[in-house]
Amino acid sequence: MIIQLLLIIFICYVVSRTILRFKKGDISSQELFIWLLFWGIVAGASLFPQKTDVVAQFLGVSRGADLLVYLSIIVLFFIVFKIIVKLEKIDHDITRLVRNQALDKVKERDNQ
Amino acid sequence: MKVLAVIPAYNEQTTIGSVISEVKKYVDDVVVVNDGSADQTQTLAEAAGALVISHAINRGQGAALQTGISYALSHQAEVIVTFDADGQHQASEIPLLIEPIKNGEVEIVLGSRFLNKKSEVPVFKKIVLLLAVWFSKLYTGLKISDVHNGFRALSVVAAQKIKIKQDGMAHASEIIEQVRILGLKYREMPVTITYTDYSKQKGQKLTNSFRIILDLILARLSR
Repeated sequence: MIIQLLLIIFICYVVSRTILRFKKGDISSQELFIWLLFWGIVAGASLFPQKTDVVAQFLGVSRGADLLVYLSIIVLFFIVFKIIVKLEKIDHDITRLVRNQALDKVKERDNQ
Repeated sequence: MKVLAVIPAYNEQTTIGSVISEVKKYVDDVVVVNDGSADQTQTLAEAAGALVISHAINRGQGAALQTGISYALSHQAEVIVTFDADGQHQASEIPLLIEPIKNGEVEIVLGSRFLNKKSEVPVFKKIVLLLAVWFSKLYTGLKISDVHNGFRALSVVAAQKIKIKQDGMAHASEIIEQVRILGLKYREMPVTITYTDYSKQKGQKLTNSFRIILDLILARLSR
């Protein structure tokens, strides 16, 4: 099937990038292992989609494809939440910087 | 007692000069926090005799207020008055507002446009503001008749304890929430709001209230 071919090409590309980044020292060997494991599972699931049904049924979901969608939504929600929290923090940090800079400037002016 | 007025201002060149000269009559010092204005706010505020603190970029009214309050605290202010830059408040009401703090009766005085009949609040605005009051009661647990009123007076104790973390307009609800959590003694005082076309245009719109509610909910989530 074409979708499987596309997925495999994509996975090969991502894995090669990951290995390249490992060689450059951007990621640790532990991170490399986790990513390779993750993409390995994705590759397995795209080559043998029927096998995912076994895992799905074990968890109480009828089809592997459904399980994948559920998991993706959960993960996406979690990521969005993390990003919002992070954004709030960055917002606060920027405000603190802007405030300190403004107050420092006034202090300088006072001292002159 | 040293009374300091803090006026957050963002692109308020039309009104800032006259507001400062009015406020100056009733306080010892006027501090304008120019919140990254792109117009002549800074120059005009300085010309009118205010001390101007300038944010390099716009951070919102809550952020500007906190900057002004921090400055006031480090300059021996004993009473801090927060005042809007768009000319909707009456500077002549400042003595009334700071009176309970000077007498040591309360730690924070909140201006309310709904406690007297002098302010002619447009109907639509009234609905929005009353909804805000209802939501704030739900959120903060204190029933305040006019949450989004920028006219307040704070004692040093209140100013030191209250930490405004909401950069945007949600700071109004945040202040009330902190009053309750910190157990500060507060009092609401009737103030007059003058609605000019200018202040109506600059003021809160219904769409902003959704933003405020979102900000408040996010603050709860990310705490």
